[in-house]
Amino acid sequence: MRQVPNGELAPGKASSVPPVVVDGVSKIYRVRGRGSGTFTAVDNVSFTIPPGSAIGLVGASGSGKSTLAKMITGSERPTSGSIRFGELAVESLHASGLRKYHRRAQMVFQDPYAALNPLHTVAYTVTRPLQNFLNMSAAQARDRVHELLETVGLTPPGQYAAKLPHQLSGGQRQRVVIARALACDPELLVADEPVSMLDVSLRAGVLRLLADLRANRGLSLLYITHDLLGARVITDEILVLHKGKVVEQGKTKFVLQNPKHEYTIQLLDAVATPFAAAGA
Amino acid sequence: MMGTGEVMTLLDVQGVNVVYEPNRGTRIWSVREVDLVLKQGEFVGLVGESGCGKSTLGFALTRMLRAPARLENGVIQFGGVDVASLSGEVLRRQRRNGFAIVLQSGMNALNPVRNVEDHFADILKAHARSGERHPRAAVRRRGAELLGKVRLDPDVLAKFPFELSGGMRQRVSIALVLALEPRMIVFDEPTTALDVIVQKAVMKTIQELQQESGFTAILISHDLGVVLESTNRVMVMYAGRIVEDQPSKGLVRGLHHPYTEALLHCYADPRAEEIHLAGIPGSPADLSLPLSGCAFAPRCPLVQDICWKVVPPLAPLGGGLAACHVRAPSDKVTGAKEVAAKVAQT
Amino acid sequence: MSIVTSVPPPTVPGAAVQIPPARPSSIPGPFQFLGRSLRTLWANGKARIGLVILGLDILVALLAPLIAPHSPSATTFPPYLSPNGTNWFGTTGNGQDVFSQMIYGARISLLVGIIAGAVATFVAVTIGLIAGYRPGIIDEVLSFVTNLALVIPGLPLMFILAAYLKSRSVWTIVLVVAFTSWATGARVIRSQASTLRTREFVTSAQFSGERLFRVVFREILPNMTSLVAGSFFAAATAAVMAEASLEFLGLGDPNTVSWGTILYYAQQQNALLTGQWVMIFAPGLAIALLALSFTLVNFGVDALSNPRLREKS
Repeated sequence: MRQVPNGELAPGKASSVPPVVVDGVSKIYRVRGRGSGTFTAVDNVSFTIPPGSAIGLVGASGSGKSTLAKMITGSERPTSGSIRFGELAVESLHASGLRKYHRRAQMVFQDPYAALNPLHTVAYTVTRPLQNFLNMSAAQARDRVHELLETVGLTPPGQYAAKLPHQLSGGQRQRVVIARALACDPELLVADEPVSMLDVSLRAGVLRLLADLRANRGLSLLYITHDLLGARVITDEILVLHKGKVVEQGKTKFVLQNPKHEYTIQLLDAVATPFAAAGA
Repeated sequence: MMGTGEVMTLLDVQGVNVVYEPNRGTRIWSVREVDLVLKQGEFVGLVGESGCGKSTLGFALTRMLRAPARLENGVIQFGGVDVASLSGEVLRRQRRNGFAIVLQSGMNALNPVRNVEDHFADILKAHARSGERHPRAAVRRRGAELLGKVRLDPDVLAKFPFELSGGMRQRVSIALVLALEPRMIVFDEPTTALDVIVQKAVMKTIQELQQESGFTAILISHDLGVVLESTNRVMVMYAGRIVEDQPSKGLVRGLHHPYTEALLHCYADPRAEEIHLAGIPGSPADLSLPLSGCAFAPRCPLVQDICWKVVPPLAPLGGGLAACHVRAPSDKVTGAKEVAAKVAQT
Repeated sequence: MSIVTSVPPPTVPGAAVQIPPARPSSIPGPFQFLGRSLRTLWANGKARIGLVILGLDILVALLAPLIAPHSPSATTFPPYLSPNGTNWFGTTGNGQDVFSQMIYGARISLLVGIIAGAVATFVAVTIGLIAGYRPGIIDEVLSFVTNLALVIPGLPLMFILAAYLKSRSVWTIVLVVAFTSWATGARVIRSQASTLRTREFVTSAQFSGERLFRVVFREILPNMTSLVAGSFFAAATAAVMAEASLEFLGLGDPNTVSWGTILYYAQQQNALLTGQWVMIFAPGLAIALLALSFTLVNFGVDALSNPRLREKS
């Protein structure tokens, strides 16, 4: 089994991707009905995604990590604070600006069964971003689609291009989702629990794919999960979120081996591994 | 092998086959020739990935299968009675002090417009024996007692499902099942839909409950870690068959069925100094085809010629059983022992 | 740490469903879609019965000049006759052959039913999609209008409109019926569109750079085929009944021949008293059967939105 340094880029490969700077971001929802008037999903979170690095946002459901991901990709607007992608102020983007931003910042979704339109073939799904962002013609797009399918491990690509989502397994669907996200050659990839709905035997493959993409293309990766093992395997640094606040942050391996905050300790305790169980 | 002659056999399953027959589309054999024996008080885990048939088997054992799934054949001896051949009211009676199932999503199992107390009243009334009465006061008392067993306060009785958290709803589902005083409970992925921290708490409660009450439990899960933590025996399923059956403690060490070993390598401790995380290449077998030989053969690193031709039966391996010609060659299969010896030498 | 996927995946028998490369089809897209839809509908037992009845009605309507033994409006026969050799369904008070009227009447009923149904559905889809996809003020305004249209009693409104409008033709009826029956469909479609809007594949399409028009018409609408078809058949059913009602009350064009006008004249000419049962039952039964056929076909539309059911055809 090959040893790869824990998530670090091979030395010497500089990334031209701009850093993502999240500064004092909060998201407060107004709640109607009985009870209090507001719900704070994200509370004054600040962190940076250095160029070409992989940052993990870790926490259980309700911790605010998905909301944060949506704000970083522009799907939601923060109540306060700023999100800068290089020079671009993401929080104040509108329709056309948002479309341009999506060319550079893409998202990989959690549920491979819901993220693909059941009526569209794989080829259609992966072709659309090429036509929209890169103005490719159908013929040019076809070659690029095959290239992308090969990159994500769906070979032979010709066989997969004509398939509909229900003809694919969960792992294959997730690879199609990743292929679509990669189509326009983004600089930032936000992966929201990309493997949590996959069987364990399929996870390593998809995680390897994400790690390779990061290493080979120098893109920045924001990995959102409640699964600490996945975070350990592909991120350089993690932030632990609890009730919208960052409670712990640091180099991934260090934080997991030396947790300080009680919530981090709880999360680590909750991971049931066969080896821990048997006391091996 | 396991247990002494004094402990009663509760469940004796022979040759269970389940087939899915949708109106349009292909037939799928989702459970193939499953035999298993459970003793009273055992806590068994049934582990496998999507499509391996574990939930289908759990439903088959509790006679919960609905069209288009069908129990094709097989004998399910529960406490001496073949429940596979029962139906109607006789079958329904088996659910009191018999077998029960706790499903994956507590929210879906509870009626959203009735409170918890109403749920208890309903279940107690539905399975009341002749002469039994359940006035409100008695329902409340029994409800509080059962809620206490799952570590919930009695004031939960007055609440509606939407007022409870996911973990609490799941505990209520378990308490409702306990009202029937079952001898066997099947837990079908009871914590999968829950938050990871709540998962641990609920599993702990289930474990404690099983030890206190002594009912036989089958825990169905895709998560090997959760299963090994709580159970004392684990069965691994692949492509509709049980491929390994071992005491939980013994699963991490020693030689096992290649699929089990591959599965173990998909897990790692995030705190470890070095992590070797693996996947299993290839895809699970197509269950709409009749398979010859071992279903895992295409993906197995130890595959031999005989594996493609003959289905390996469960044979002794370590402290339990495994269905592998190479690891656990069976006397019933000609040539298996020679093949295994040859592989062991290399 | 390492992530290992070791050897390349070996081929697993049956694991990947082989799809032969699609040959470019000579049949244009929309017709392929229609063919596929018909096959899907035919597979459902109830829908099949509905399709057969509907098919017969359409056939009768198309071949009317060939099948009808006499002209429907010719007043050449003795009036008030019971069914006999020449006039299988008897004659009206004006001496017209009821059987021929029944055959020609199919045209109007089908025409109004299908066209009014289509117009109502078109309006419903437009309003429903826009309201469902754009939350906020647009949704509020459109929902208000929809609710208003729902609350006003349809039949009385139809009577008033039909009575008020100067021209009395089939097209008036089509418009009046369409105008009063779009609201139910709009509400249902809005509801479904609003659910689909939050689905991940829609968000995914937005990330792919799709603009509003494409998201609504290429992502959301195709997933609502069943609902739109269902709305259409429901609207068509209502249209057939409504048209018959309007004609029966004399609010239609008395010179056209339709099943509703046959009933109108039956009432005017006291068919009950003259013992002309067939003149009452035949159009009534025909209207009911047509409406029933639309309803039956509706049982099969659920399968339209499910791609899983397509490949076996």
